[in-house]
Amino acid sequence: MKAGLMRATHPAEAAAAHGVPLLEVDRLTLDFATRGGRVKALDQVGFTLDRGQILGLVGESGSGKSVTAFAIMDLLDQAARIETGQIRFTGIDLLARKRRALKELRGREIAMIFQSPRTALHPIRKVGHQIEDVLRAHSSVPPGLRRQKAIEALERVRIPDPARRYEAYPFELSGGMCQRVMIAMALSADPSLLIADEPTTGLDVTTQAVIMDLIRDLVRESGMSVLLITHDLAMAGEYCDRIAVMHAGHIVETAPAHLLLREPAHPYSAKLIAATPAKAASIEALAAIPGNLPDLRQPQPPCRFSTRCERHRPDCDQPPLDAARLGQDHLVLCRHPL
Amino acid sequence: MAVSTLIRDTRYAFGQNPLTLMAAILFVFLVACALLGPTLVPYDPLASDAMARMQPPSLGHPFGTDSLGRDMLSRTIVATRLDLGMAVFAVALSFVVGTAMGAVAGYLGGWMDKVIGRIFDTIMAFPLFVLAMGIVAALGNSVINIVIATAVINLPFYGRFARAEVNVRRDLAFIEAARMGGNGPMSVMARHIVPNILPPMMVQISLNMGWAILNAAGLSFIGLGVRPPEPEWGIMVSEGAAYIFSGEWWTFVFPGMALVLAVFCFNLLGDGLRDMIDPRRRT
Amino acid sequence: MIVLRRLAEAVPSLVGVVIVTFLLSHALPGDPAAYFAGPAANAESVAEVRRTLGLDRSLPVQFGYYLLDLAKGDLGHSLTTGQPVTSDLLQRLPASMELTLAALIVAIAVALPLGIVAALRPNSLADHFCRLTVTIGAAFPTFFVGLLLVYLLYFKLGLVPQPLGRLDEIYFTPPPTVTGFYLIDTLLNGDVDAFRAALSQLILPAVSLALFAMAPLARMTRAAMLTALGSDFVRTARANGLPARKVIFTYALRSAMLSIVNVMGMVFSFLLGSNVLIEQVFGWPGIGAYAVSAVIASDYAAVQGFVLMMAILYVLLNLAVDLAATAIDPRVRFES
Repeated sequence: MKAGLMRATHPAEAAAAHGVPLLEVDRLTLDFATRGGRVKALDQVGFTLDRGQILGLVGESGSGKSVTAFAIMDLLDQAARIETGQIRFTGIDLLARKRRALKELRGREIAMIFQSPRTALHPIRKVGHQIEDVLRAHSSVPPGLRRQKAIEALERVRIPDPARRYEAYPFELSGGMCQRVMIAMALSADPSLLIADEPTTGLDVTTQAVIMDLIRDLVRESGMSVLLITHDLAMAGEYCDRIAVMHAGHIVETAPAHLLLREPAHPYSAKLIAATPAKAASIEALAAIPGNLPDLRQPQPPCRFSTRCERHRPDCDQPPLDAARLGQDHLVLCRHPL
Repeated sequence: MAVSTLIRDTRYAFGQNPLTLMAAILFVFLVACALLGPTLVPYDPLASDAMARMQPPSLGHPFGTDSLGRDMLSRTIVATRLDLGMAVFAVALSFVVGTAMGAVAGYLGGWMDKVIGRIFDTIMAFPLFVLAMGIVAALGNSVINIVIATAVINLPFYGRFARAEVNVRRDLAFIEAARMGGNGPMSVMARHIVPNILPPMMVQISLNMGWAILNAAGLSFIGLGVRPPEPEWGIMVSEGAAYIFSGEWWTFVFPGMALVLAVFCFNLLGDGLRDMIDPRRRT
Repeated sequence: MIVLRRLAEAVPSLVGVVIVTFLLSHALPGDPAAYFAGPAANAESVAEVRRTLGLDRSLPVQFGYYLLDLAKGDLGHSLTTGQPVTSDLLQRLPASMELTLAALIVAIAVALPLGIVAALRPNSLADHFCRLTVTIGAAFPTFFVGLLLVYLLYFKLGLVPQPLGRLDEIYFTPPPTVTGFYLIDTLLNGDVDAFRAALSQLILPAVSLALFAMAPLARMTRAAMLTALGSDFVRTARANGLPARKVIFTYALRSAMLSIVNVMGMVFSFLLGSNVLIEQVFGWPGIGAYAVSAVIASDYAAVQGFVLMMAILYVLLNLAVDLAATAIDPRVRFES
């Protein structure tokens, strides 16, 4: 184990004791090198996540949600370059630390689950063995007890008949079951932060609710925090304490979930709410948001939503544009909020 | 594809991979040797010289001379025509027959498809070089039969490829339109399907050339097909090998290196062509 | 169960092989009887051969007799050795198998690590080195590589013994035949010196043979590892903080093995084919060298027997590959 991230005093508890949030992403700016030029994927992205909370990171695909998560997990591919910013976990800047130190964190303190659970598990390895692989990497469970621990992990995610499922291969399980297995793996080292990247994409509606209920129950049981990445604002509203809305590499609005859904301040948030099936008064209102995400290889105006915005005014294009504070916990990146 | 894009892609491929450019230059050189070889060489490749036997490389004989005093440089260059010729004819035969069989199988389907597929499977059930040996032994020991044997063992590669491509394209809209326009199967295939599968086929042809050269030279190395004193790389290596224990390395190294260069050239060209046609499949 | 099904799937290939070998030997453009009688035969002996081989009957009838003979293991008599072809081949088979398997082991031992390293760092120096080795390896004819190595390592440097067969029989006696593999039989016999001698004879031909088979193996390993390393489940393993070794070997390589095993068929085709050439170069007393002398002497029955035996061997090796793939991939097992 590495100094500063010692298990003896749980870092999350230590952080809470000092009033430091569990996770702070601060002015994170990140580029991708592509054949067509540099893609400015993230620009000054910032949010905080407190202990025991669920924060929803919501936006269209391509808005930079997953890139943010990958940056936290150090899973970015080689084309990515972090320009500026900090990612502080329990007050410690992860970007300033050596790769080796991060390795200790990954899977132990910060765990992640992915979409398409059936392809996210090793196709030809028994799920029980895959859980044991994680146990072996992160805990001092003696070899003789690992099987038992793995079965307990399956039990914890409410998998019926866990001893039998231990022997199963992913292709023998449903998508929902595979997602539970992935959650069991992620939780087997008792992380204090779980990043869930579209965990219900590709599952049927009933299973989606079951998985999300499970995640919420596990948060209540263990006190861990969850960063929930989703394009589904309605789902985020139901399960999250706070929501950060992302658009084209910007966080455009951050607010408590109920407030954001009731009184969105950013035009984009309002459009997203109007596009959710539950809120849509008619089929016409369900129409997608006009326009596409801007081409991030080109220089961008201060507000990256301006080309799609019906409320666009000339002064919107005047730099600099900073987030405005509307309430105690309500930030919006817009000159003319709703 | 417009000509200008083709030129741009070509330039891109060469720029990306200088080896491809090298292979192209080598290719031109090999073709020149094959076409003009006999008029370029300093000596008659068949003329023996009892006074100049087994001479190491020198200014007069850059590749040395063999046991009969024949000039190795001349023999190596003149052999290009036969070696490349055997491979070109074998690949051409294989391409024409294999593509036709595969296209018919893919277009018509049904029992025809099954029979042709079974034929390809059976060819592939043999270690290919061994089958080629068996065919030459059965048909008779001649250059023509080496070409035929090499063609036969390559049939499945073209056949299966053509079948898959035709299968994919058979139901496309423009093919459908051609068919409704009263074109028979043969005309649809010749005018609309075959031209469309030519570019990926070119990659296959180029990669196949190297393997055909190796195959033909291997057969001559074990004494099939080409008869001495005909200069051919495989048989020259085999003749030179007899003198390896007396240290006369030049008798087998130069024709062997000529073989390597030729195969290397076509393999690289094939890789380069593949990058040009489908940059995603780069491995 | 699955083994039986795979066996059943190999049957059509075997049938095809038998038909082709029959056609190669009985439906010749010239006079088959003349071929079988050999170049030294006169009209009388050709007629004799025609009668004994039944070549005067119709093709289907001949095929029937051919099958009957095959069932009895009768491939005819060799003109050069005067022995039954079957016993000639069986006697020489272990030498060829030992060489082929040794080459296979060498090829795998080099190609797999090379492909893995290349895939771990695409476009790195190691990757370019891998590509270069593979491209060059694929361009060198096996027989030429063999001769080059003999010239350099034996004639110039004297690092290996003279390439004349499996064992220098002036100094060593061949071990009593148990498996027919000298490397195993010498050890079973407790003769360590003979083992070393046999190994030193085997190294050069095995390496020459392996060089050519390495190309498809290394290429496929690199490609399959690149795919596996970019897959969702490797990302999960990384996110879970598994050690790099675990990620590379247990996760990426194990799934890449499926594709790698699938090129083994091609590798065996290369190895068995090039085997003929290598045995010729190294004076290796296997079935390839036997077939080459048979071809030169127009010893017809011997050549066709050789082709048939190689094909059957190849079908069986492919069957073994299929079974190995089944053992690796539980999905295939559960399909039935």
